[in-house]
Amino acid sequence: MKLKQLSVFLENKPGRLRELCALLADNNINMITISLADTEQFGILRLIVSDCEAAKNILEEKGFVAKITEVIAVEVNDEPGGLRDVLQVEEAAGISVEYMYAFTIKSGENAVLLFRFDDMDKAVDALQSTGFKVLDSVALFQRTDG
Amino acid sequence: MSKFVVENRIRDKEESLSRAELESLQTSRLRKTIEQVQQIPFYQKRFAEAGIAPGKIQTLDDLQRLPFTTKADLRGEYPLGMLAVDKKDVARYHGSSGTTGQPTMVAYTQNDLNMWSNLCARFLTGGGLRPEHSVQIAFGYGLFTGGFGLHYGVERVGASVIPAAAGNTPKQIMLMMDMQVDALVCTPSYALNISEFIIQNDIPRNALNLKYAHFGGEPWTEDMRTRIEDEMGILCFNNYGLSEVIGPGVSGECAARDGMHIAEDAFIVECINPDTLEPVDPGEEGELVFTSLSKEAMPIIRYRTRDIAALNPEPCICGRTHVRMSRVTGRSDDMLIIKGVNVYPSQIEQALLRVKGTAPHYQIEVDRPDRKDVVSVKVEMTEESFSSSMKDMQELKDRIDRAIQTITGLRMNIELVSPNTLERFVGKAQRVVDHRCG
Amino acid sequence: MHAQWNDRESLVHPSSAPDYIREEQLRSLQLQRLRAITRHAYENQALFRERMDETGVSPDDIQTLEDIRKLPFTQKTDLRDTYPYGLFAVPMNEVVRLHASSGTTGKPIVVAYTNEDIEVWKEVMVRSFACAGLHSGDIIQNAYGYGLFTGGLGAHYGAEALGATVIPISGGNSERQIMVMRDFGTTAICATPSYFLHLIEYAEKMGIKWEDLPLRAGIFGAEPWTDEMRKYIEEKTGIKALDIYGLSEIIGPGVGMACEQQEGLHIFEDHFMIEIVDPVTDEAMPDGEEGELIITTLSKKAMPVMRYRTHDITSIIAEKCGCGRTIRRINRIARRSDDMFIIRGVNVFPSQVEAALLKVEETLPHYQIVLTRDGGMDQMEVQVEVTANVFTDTVRGVEAVHKQLSDAIAHILGIRVKLKLVEPNTIERSMGKAKRVIDNRQND
Repeated sequence: MKLKQLSVFLENKPGRLRELCALLADNNINMITISLADTEQFGILRLIVSDCEAAKNILEEKGFVAKITEVIAVEVNDEPGGLRDVLQVEEAAGISVEYMYAFTIKSGENAVLLFRFDDMDKAVDALQSTGFKVLDSVALFQRTDG
Repeated sequence: MSKFVVENRIRDKEESLSRAELESLQTSRLRKTIEQVQQIPFYQKRFAEAGIAPGKIQTLDDLQRLPFTTKADLRGEYPLGMLAVDKKDVARYHGSSGTTGQPTMVAYTQNDLNMWSNLCARFLTGGGLRPEHSVQIAFGYGLFTGGFGLHYGVERVGASVIPAAAGNTPKQIMLMMDMQVDALVCTPSYALNISEFIIQNDIPRNALNLKYAHFGGEPWTEDMRTRIEDEMGILCFNNYGLSEVIGPGVSGECAARDGMHIAEDAFIVECINPDTLEPVDPGEEGELVFTSLSKEAMPIIRYRTRDIAALNPEPCICGRTHVRMSRVTGRSDDMLIIKGVNVYPSQIEQALLRVKGTAPHYQIEVDRPDRKDVVSVKVEMTEESFSSSMKDMQELKDRIDRAIQTITGLRMNIELVSPNTLERFVGKAQRVVDHRCG
Repeated sequence: MHAQWNDRESLVHPSSAPDYIREEQLRSLQLQRLRAITRHAYENQALFRERMDETGVSPDDIQTLEDIRKLPFTQKTDLRDTYPYGLFAVPMNEVVRLHASSGTTGKPIVVAYTNEDIEVWKEVMVRSFACAGLHSGDIIQNAYGYGLFTGGLGAHYGAEALGATVIPISGGNSERQIMVMRDFGTTAICATPSYFLHLIEYAEKMGIKWEDLPLRAGIFGAEPWTDEMRKYIEEKTGIKALDIYGLSEIIGPGVGMACEQQEGLHIFEDHFMIEIVDPVTDEAMPDGEEGELIITTLSKKAMPVMRYRTHDITSIIAEKCGCGRTIRRINRIARRSDDMFIIRGVNVFPSQVEAALLKVEETLPHYQIVLTRDGGMDQMEVQVEVTANVFTDTVRGVEAVHKQLSDAIAHILGIRVKLKLVEPNTIERSMGKAKRVIDNRQND
């Protein structure tokens, strides 16, 4: 139920993000969604890509520090309160969000959000038991292709 | 417990004068002090307002007719309004932080410095210091009086001084071990840090030669004393002072360690009810009020310390006749003591007012996890200052951090919270939550 | 005598008399003291005695000042190797003060003073202040850091002995520094030149005009600075900016001081004997030629230091100074003969940074120290390559690593320096080994 996400350490210097994108493009790796956490000194780029392991190897070969972590993709109603409902469930289960970002695609009428929780397994259970749709990678890629 | 025993030793004959002799000395010094403060326009005005002719103050009882001096008075007279001597006769300035960001400055002539060093040497001697000892001073130096008072006191006894200043605990311990230091001077909470580091790093007790310690700069408890003494195998002595009165050296414990002897040849102490301003009964808790008897640069009349303690006039087994004060058990205002530094909540407010993008809503939480005072300040952002960039938010935090540091001299953990999330108070705001106990 | 000297017309402070004695008298005083200190060190310092015995030199062989060349050098490593008190030459109960400076690795270097030593230190500091034209009526704001560092307490005791008013403000809190300067009428400030530059900027922000302040002299030291910097400070603030020289191993500040002529620094030669040698061949260099400065303490009891290799490169100015002092001068310190550099008054060796990084990471990460010169002052940045071991995918995680590294360095150096996490392989390697120090200071 959990998705593999690639996190990359980036120094704040011009051209670095472009180089990374070019590298993935040259190797025919599709970026499905992307998020950049910025600080004064460095950035952390988080990506969902078509082939996580391959992307990691390619980047590492070129000297990037990359790490694979797990996140959860959750379908939420694209209407006011959609995110609130997810958070309510997790709060009730005593789980906190470490970070989150939105997916660039929609799943029908619904939006897809990506979460990293402090307790991932418990988070998945809590969401599924309250009727939320947690997408696995297969489900996700089907939607991106369609 | 410590195997170390401190033999009773009295440094100055003034410490054991009979009460009658002492009172006669106090009376003549008080008259002189009253004369001196006539050099200060502030006191001239105060005396006139109270309708008191200086010459009418002849006995110790007359003192009670005089008006009090408060911290606000000192602040109002910043920078040099409280000087009773020519500026060129000032040998040193010290200060404590004030609520306006301006420090309250205090001045000393060379005679004042000598007297101060001697008062420190006095309580240090009472608490075991001998010329052959070495003493590590882990107090901050600088405008703060703590470091210098003790430094000069140790020097006056003729012992070796290791002016380590505050911080860098591993280095403090390394020096203590390598130089076989006999005594430690710091705040009791810093001693807890040192002790914890020693335990965590399995440093054997016999690697240190430490025998005793003198703590001051902040209130502490008997429980803390027992804990530090057990953990470190040393004897701990308490001392008290405040820069407005002179600095450390106002009082300190003798070998009996049953209350701190107030240097009554240098200060008259009163203990009052902070609400009625009437004296409390002997042995009752109240606010301590001090009048200096031999200060030249900045004599002070009936200074309200806001410190709550009790006086014990019973004779002490050590032979000193000076009255003893209990530990300070509280404050009659909202001042906090963080790592030995005095902080008022209003200072934080002052700092926030200087930083654009913060609302004047804040909450201060003080805690002592891992034995270190930690202050967290929750600050509400304004709607306009909220930014999507972490960089901007970080910069806002840094600005607040710097402003608070400039005004209080301390670093605090700043936590930005969203607009309208902190509790609003009707009437007196409860801005401070202090989780420290003991 | 005191009253007379207080009179601004009278130029010589009584303590400064030795600055003006006749050359022959000075040299004969030096010789007398050199012979006594050689004997004292020989009798009480095991290391010195061993070295003397090895070369077959006895204290009696010191018959002229030139004979000093027969004595062995003392290196900084000797102070480290004999830590904590191997070089103390008096019993502990005669030691009244200890100070320390950072060593080349984890252990500090500890120096000791007897009461007499403190008196000598006060005297040379009073003479230093007198070089700056300061008197008993002056108000001296001491912005050097207090504590084990000799700068703070050295200047403090000197100012006190001068009879000036001392404001022991210590370093930091620039707003308060300027406020106190204004409100208390500070006439002279002691600080590192880099900190004073910072104060200049800060005062500008606060809207303070220097011409409204009574400040007239700055005693700047503990780090190298340039004549351009001096001119900048003087033009900006209208004060006299004067260079003071000293090092803990010798006594602290007060080994030498620029006078109001501002051409080099006078060395208080009656207490400190100086030589200049070629740092490679150890040959004595003639006056005026650059070489490494060697200092011998002539009157220190607790810890005499014989022929100390300072690694500071300078030259002796033998010409008479316009101020009338007969003690000789050295030129401003031009550079070092080792890899040490000084940041904000603190001595830094690359080996210390390495030791700190190793404390956090099990294997030494690739790192590099980049030195730059900003407005005449040396700055350093430590760049550390991020490895997969320490990289976590949260900002919090990476920041925690940053803080750990930064704290470890601050702990060993005693000051906080800029630290930047960089991507792997961005630090240039030469022959597989990274170049540890990139010195961009000359390019400024």
